[in-house]
Amino acid sequence: MHNFNYHRASDVAGAAALLKDVDDGKLLAGGMTLLPTLKNRLAAPSDLIDLAGVSDLKGISIEGDEVVIRAMTPHAVVAASHEVATAIPALAALAGGIGDPAVRHRGTIGGSVANADPAADYPAAIVGLNATVVTNQRSIAADDFFLGLFETALRPGEIITSVRFKNPSRAHYLKFRHPASGYAVVGIMVAQYASGVRVAVTGAGPSVFRVSAMEAALDKSFTPKSIADIAVSADQLMGDIHCSAEYRAHIVKVYARRAVEALTA
Amino acid sequence: MLYDVQMTVNGQAVSGKVEARTLLAQFIREHLRLTGTHVGCDTTQCGCCVVHVDGVAMKSCTMLAVQAEGKAITTIEGLAAEDGTLHPMQQAFRDHHGLQCGFCTPGMVMMGVDIARRLPGADEKTVRHQLEGNICRCTGYQGIVEAIIDGSAKINAVRS
Amino acid sequence: MGEFAIGQPVSRFEDPRLLRGGGRYVDDMSLPHMAFGHVVRSPHPHARILKIDTRRARQAPGVIAVLTGEDWLTSGFGDLPTATGKKKRDGSPMYRPKFPAMTVDKARYVGDPVAFVVANTALEAQDAAELVEVDYDPLPAITDTAHAHEDGAPQVYDDCANNICFVYQEGDKDKTDVAIAAADRVIKRRFVISRVTAATMETRGSIGHYDKAADRYTCYTTLQRALNFREELAETLRIPESKLRIVAGDIGGSFGMKSGVFNEVGLVLLGSKVTGRPVKWVATRSESFIADAHGRDNVTEAELALDKNGKFTGLRVRTLYNAGSYTQPGSDSGASSNVGTLAGVYMTPAVHVDVTGVLTNTNPMRPFRGNGRPEAAFVIERMVDIAADEIGMDPAELRRINMIPPSAMPFQTGLSFNYDCGEFEKVLDEALAMIDYKGFEARRAEARKRGKLRGIGMSYTIEKAAAPGYEGAEVRFDRTGSITLIAGSVTQGQGHETVFKQIVADRLGIHPDEIHYLQGDTDQVFLGEGTGGSRTSALGGSAVTSATEKVVDKARKIAAHMMQVDDVEYADGVFTSRKTNRSLSMKEVAKSATNPRNVPKDLEIGLNATAAYHTTRQNFPNGCHIVEVEIDEETGVATLDKYIVVDDVGVVLNPLLLKGQIVGGIAQGVGQMMMEEIRFDPDSGQILTGSFMDYAMPHAEIFPHIDIKSMPVPTKTNLLGVKGAGEAGCVGAIPAVANALVDALTHLGVRDVAMPATPERIWRVIEDAKRGQTA
Repeated sequence: MHNFNYHRASDVAGAAALLKDVDDGKLLAGGMTLLPTLKNRLAAPSDLIDLAGVSDLKGISIEGDEVVIRAMTPHAVVAASHEVATAIPALAALAGGIGDPAVRHRGTIGGSVANADPAADYPAAIVGLNATVVTNQRSIAADDFFLGLFETALRPGEIITSVRFKNPSRAHYLKFRHPASGYAVVGIMVAQYASGVRVAVTGAGPSVFRVSAMEAALDKSFTPKSIADIAVSADQLMGDIHCSAEYRAHIVKVYARRAVEALTA
Repeated sequence: MLYDVQMTVNGQAVSGKVEARTLLAQFIREHLRLTGTHVGCDTTQCGCCVVHVDGVAMKSCTMLAVQAEGKAITTIEGLAAEDGTLHPMQQAFRDHHGLQCGFCTPGMVMMGVDIARRLPGADEKTVRHQLEGNICRCTGYQGIVEAIIDGSAKINAVRS
Repeated sequence: MGEFAIGQPVSRFEDPRLLRGGGRYVDDMSLPHMAFGHVVRSPHPHARILKIDTRRARQAPGVIAVLTGEDWLTSGFGDLPTATGKKKRDGSPMYRPKFPAMTVDKARYVGDPVAFVVANTALEAQDAAELVEVDYDPLPAITDTAHAHEDGAPQVYDDCANNICFVYQEGDKDKTDVAIAAADRVIKRRFVISRVTAATMETRGSIGHYDKAADRYTCYTTLQRALNFREELAETLRIPESKLRIVAGDIGGSFGMKSGVFNEVGLVLLGSKVTGRPVKWVATRSESFIADAHGRDNVTEAELALDKNGKFTGLRVRTLYNAGSYTQPGSDSGASSNVGTLAGVYMTPAVHVDVTGVLTNTNPMRPFRGNGRPEAAFVIERMVDIAADEIGMDPAELRRINMIPPSAMPFQTGLSFNYDCGEFEKVLDEALAMIDYKGFEARRAEARKRGKLRGIGMSYTIEKAAAPGYEGAEVRFDRTGSITLIAGSVTQGQGHETVFKQIVADRLGIHPDEIHYLQGDTDQVFLGEGTGGSRTSALGGSAVTSATEKVVDKARKIAAHMMQVDDVEYADGVFTSRKTNRSLSMKEVAKSATNPRNVPKDLEIGLNATAAYHTTRQNFPNGCHIVEVEIDEETGVATLDKYIVVDDVGVVLNPLLLKGQIVGGIAQGVGQMMMEEIRFDPDSGQILTGSFMDYAMPHAEIFPHIDIKSMPVPTKTNLLGVKGAGEAGCVGAIPAVANALVDALTHLGVRDVAMPATPERIWRVIEDAKRGQTA
């Protein structure tokens, strides 16, 4: 790891101000992706601004038909939350499957979402559960948030403060874990809303994406059969030595159907 | 630039001056010379470095020492009684041959204690799943899994 | 000492220390005024080195020295030792590439050391290493085992034609050719055995300390064979062994990998000599993938001949073995010392093996858990299953009719092994009963109802353990009758301390708490070849036993002298005279033995013994593994559902530790068969599995509970009747799992699954088979 300056922010405004002041600052949330990246010298920010001391960034609340998770809430807290489990069990299950227990104790939703790792789980929840990402500057709709590989709509100096998930009538998340890293090779969130079904896939492509053909088919008939033959093209997917793009496309098809099976069984 | 850090480690107040990039694992091992906490990878996957931060299992290789400011840390050295009597989880690892080379062991034991805290009565399948962030190359895990189930039962019997 | 007796499931004496965080691995050691080294490595698999500029690095904060291959050469040190002894096909000596500690002219694999930075802290050394500027002229690289010997393949060494390092043959070629030509049926198959890495949880590391005043070097390091290590390193440094001390602390796993003298050992000693300070280097995990020696990696073609009754009449095997970029003593042994395993437990009269070792632009190779045994066992045990499938016979039955019966012992196989004992059919039957082999089809049908493809697979493997060699042990009674026990072998987790203390407690009646165990320090250990090849129980255990026997013999004479009797009997640590009803404990004798009055005139005072045990006869552990898997037909995800082992590893010294060895070995075998693989990009030569993010390690979750039963057939090849147990689990697991996977898919038309059988690979063979059927 290259050396850097360390700052402890006490509130969001202070963190934003620091971010502006320093050369090449980065926010430090749980650090579960950032620190390994720094350790392997794949990035060298001049300054890290730690958000751990910002008190109003932690906690879960139910507000109307939304589950609101504040940015610095660790995955383990989301996974163990009675409120989340009651409102959106699929979200609790997703959080409980990220990384491993020790990682879930430190890793946060805000850090994960801001990082936009293509194989992270949370993007499937953000997009699949039609969430709103709230920052210190504005609210960003899920469909506008993820722009590409490690790329989001966040502007310089913008800090995620919470994520608001809309309660679906039902939802299910299934993940095919990478045999080495444990990240999602395919993570698929199928969620049904009065306004329509959302199918979001993480892991398979350079960024989370929706499968509109599946959504349309499920809107017509929410049955496993209705999407059993809907395939996604491997062309836009990623591949590695363990799981090729073609295989990922196949798993998307199978897991989408299985998610619906789980919801209709 | 060096940063002052203060924390409690195994019940003792400690302090030090560290670079911002000093990992908690490095601080524990190199500054405090508590070398029972090991580092087995650089991608946050092996779990050899697991310690408890405010009572919760975390990977000390993926945490800066400065992030531990004011926290209470427990390392493998802090588990056994003052007279050396092994903690029930340590004893279970011995009873079930849950260690061979011993390198992953501190992290495994610390994770085992954490599993006992979070999931009393966890069955074999659950324990195996809970070890997704801890790698052992020697034992094939069987003794470790048996040890955690047994150790957890003993810890929770005392608690209840 | 009944509770510690041989055969008891004694929990380990080393555990409390390790469990309290008291392990002393090399990275836990710190010497006063110690500096830290970082190795600058080639990022290219093959490149000419045009220039190395260290000026900027030298000026970086905290840097004490930046060393290159030129510094190594001017220091007077020599190259690292290399493999020798084999020949090429034309009978000329094998190719022996020079093995420099830091390469000067060419880099030959990604990770080849080119410079060494020494600084006040490890981070400063790493920072400065980025400032070392190396001009490379990249050259075409070959990493692929199958194609390295072909005309036109990039040459790893200009003077080594077709990259052929050596050729090794075993068995009777003519007889085998005749048997195959005359056979009723010949089964032919090609196997690719993947390259894997030991991935010991403790990475390699060394601290070098040159004491200028005494002109003596000390190296604290990770190893398996302290004295051999000293010998090889002293030759490299061109100094007398007496000027070199090697010390191993706790070793965090090795499995063969840490058995060599690696470049960095030389670098820390050079660093210390140049800077006058102790220098530590410890590999990061990512560094390990490019700096450690790898294991396995061969391409094998096998032909098994059968007569019309299914009896094996001949086996012909041709192997291309990837020898890596540089050789080390023993790095070629995976290609030769254990090909005997191919003969299996079968009567096959004619066998011939032909191995060609090819050099490539890949990491050097070393033994890894089994060192050729798993590879060979995989080939024969897969061939048996393939044959059973082709002739329509049950695989257990085909094994049974070809097995060597106990009445045929000793049995000389068609290869080099001469089995002394073994009751293979009995072990097989026990294993079949244990898993309820007859009930399998019902379980298969039940799984089908759940949408799962269930398969069963077995292996019956045999390998050699404790190859001819020697081992030393020393029992030193302290003045008060406690003991210092010193062994030549070095544990990396196997539990030597426990088993050796059990033997001493059992034979001498001294409580294990009063025995201090010491190993791995060449200033203390007088003799021993160290650990490897499943040899320690047999050779080390026999050496300890022999030392205790010497102690008892001498103590008996002293006891008789002290009691003034001539009828001394010895049992459980007590010398007794029936006639006088007097007795003396071993401890009392030991305490008294330094007083000349108590010792007969013809004996030296004191009660110490060294023993050097040697054997010319290896032993042959064997056993049957049976596995049941379930495959998700849609995704190819395979799950191990049931795993049983019945083994014969001779006399069991400690059943708790034995199970640990078997299960641990199985885990590595399962890893190789199902997920692990070191992969290089065929075009760029870059390693694609350079961290745990890409190299898939087996986790707890993938294993079922493994049931193990021992059916010992004691061997007479050593004092304890033991057979080696360290590698058996790994040897049996790979073919058993492979056979189970194929069995689950046979009905679809699948005949093989490549290693490692990842979900995608299984999915693809299912898809291919389905297309084949519908086409």
